[in-house]
Amino acid sequence: MARTAIPSTSPAPARSLWQRQRWLILRRLSQALILLAFLSGPWFGVWIAKGNLSSSLTLGVLPLTDPLLVLQTLATGHLPYSSALLGAAIVLAFYLLIGGRVFCSWVCPVNVVTDAAAWTRRRLGIKTGRVPDANTRLWLLAGLLAAAALTGSLAWEWVNPVSLLHRGLIFGMGGGLFVIAGIFIYDVFVASRGWCGHLCPMGAFYGLLGRKALLRVAAPNRKACDDCMDCFTVCPEPQVIRPALKAVGQSHPLILAADCTTCGRCIDVCDKQVFKMTHRFDQRSE
Amino acid sequence: MDTGPKSARRAPEALNQASAARRRFINSIAAAAGGGCLLALGAGLYSRSASALPAQALRPPGALPESDFLAACVRCGLCVRDCPYDTLRLSDLGDPVPTGTPYFRARQIPCEMCEDIPCVKACPTGALDRGLTDINQARMGLAALVDHESCLNFLGLRCDVCYRVCPVIDKAITLEPQHNPRSDRHAMLLPTVHSDACTGCGKCEKSCVLPEAAIKVFPRQLAQGALPAHYRKGWEEKARHGGSLIGDQVELPVRGFDGSTAGRAPTEALAPAAPPAPTAAAPSSTPSSTPSSSAVPPKAPSPAPAPPRGGLRGGLDSHWKP
Repeated sequence: MARTAIPSTSPAPARSLWQRQRWLILRRLSQALILLAFLSGPWFGVWIAKGNLSSSLTLGVLPLTDPLLVLQTLATGHLPYSSALLGAAIVLAFYLLIGGRVFCSWVCPVNVVTDAAAWTRRRLGIKTGRVPDANTRLWLLAGLLAAAALTGSLAWEWVNPVSLLHRGLIFGMGGGLFVIAGIFIYDVFVASRGWCGHLCPMGAFYGLLGRKALLRVAAPNRKACDDCMDCFTVCPEPQVIRPALKAVGQSHPLILAADCTTCGRCIDVCDKQVFKMTHRFDQRSE
Repeated sequence: MDTGPKSARRAPEALNQASAARRRFINSIAAAAGGGCLLALGAGLYSRSASALPAQALRPPGALPESDFLAACVRCGLCVRDCPYDTLRLSDLGDPVPTGTPYFRARQIPCEMCEDIPCVKACPTGALDRGLTDINQARMGLAALVDHESCLNFLGLRCDVCYRVCPVIDKAITLEPQHNPRSDRHAMLLPTVHSDACTGCGKCEKSCVLPEAAIKVFPRQLAQGALPAHYRKGWEEKARHGGSLIGDQVELPVRGFDGSTAGRAPTEALAPAAPPAPTAAAPSSTPSSTPSSSAVPPKAPSPAPAPPRGGLRGGLDSHWKP
């Protein structure tokens, strides 16, 4: 899926395709390689990772478990084996340190679907729709934990599109495709960035994890901004850009909002090269 | 809220703005909370409605009871990956099995009962209990010979395939000889499942030679009844205590069931192994037409009825002699 940059109003200095799509290509590569690690076994007999994003065993030694899933399991009253707990701790530590919603843009397979939906929406020029409040995901997160505790089962896993798609891609898929198609249609016609930006409780959970994480996008070259709005158009969480780019309520150029998925799309589309990928202590502004 | 005289003058404008903003904020929160809770509730309700396991879906060995299993299983598929026979599969949305959980269908690929139980070892959460170390103790389901009309052994043939393939042969499935009332001179060897040894691996169902299996494996709660907890079996209590717990009972003669076990267990009736005197005295004549058979009623007052003349279980007696 190639995306063309939105034409800017200002004359752009010639930038190569790599410069214009670098982070997008890297992200797609990351998502594909993670999927391939799970599929190389069943496809080629080369076992790198077994299982799926819910819980996996890499190279027979490294356990990784979705911490939100372990949280739900604990809410039901079941104490998982230590391998699941250890796996969850590793994942938890990684996202706490690197960046919560890095999961959303670099790992999650639904991201490809909703990015495609956002691209389609822009292409079709659809501006209307009804967007739910962005806090809905937090309520949904609380709701699914409550549902796990009340029903005594992992209720959310019956419908969770994230695990549904990833499991489906690895183990085969049937009815789950309707849920994914539903999300695509919802994002195109009803709510811009509706699923990932407003509803997904996994995204909300990883957002909470990443409040103090290291990997950040910053706008150190914000003086060069010519207000072309390309970054706002392409950003899945546009509200996070303003404080850093326009120095609203903060002086440093770091995007510290937990909603930022660190996808780097703003870096790609900006012809003035205002943005860059950095760490949270890099407060320099050029 | 400040209602002092100084702020009172400019209050209406500011207050209106503030309350409008507050109303918007409360509205948005309410919408988010309502929407979020509705979605979660929907998922919860859906999970409740779909939580019964369909009749022919079996869980891997060591699976916790279904309600606990649905709390513990994270649907990662590691058990599926480590199954060397591709028995296990993960359900998809819309399947009758809860989304993403592992199951197998005996008629497609049964469990081969690996001695090292790799699926249980692979489970990271304990949905498959590692306390299960002997695969013969697995209770994935329970076989039941559901169709007595088409089972070849019930028709009097010697198919025996389900019995032969059973990994716990002679414990989980035995062949019980029965008189064949149709031919009146042959035996039927009826495959009989014993719940205390059946692991529910499904090899019997898989190998049933009929186009539709006469023996099927079901989740245990579907295949099994249960006695009330307070029931005691008199004969077991008697055997355990070496005698009746309520003293000697008056034994009344049972009429009209001569030659049958008359309500006693066959072993009980067979205990006096002495050959029936009248028939032994006249082996050449048919017992029913000889005058000696009319001599039975006078002997009736003795507490034990006459031992059955033919057939292990009593009932019909063909009087057939080779």
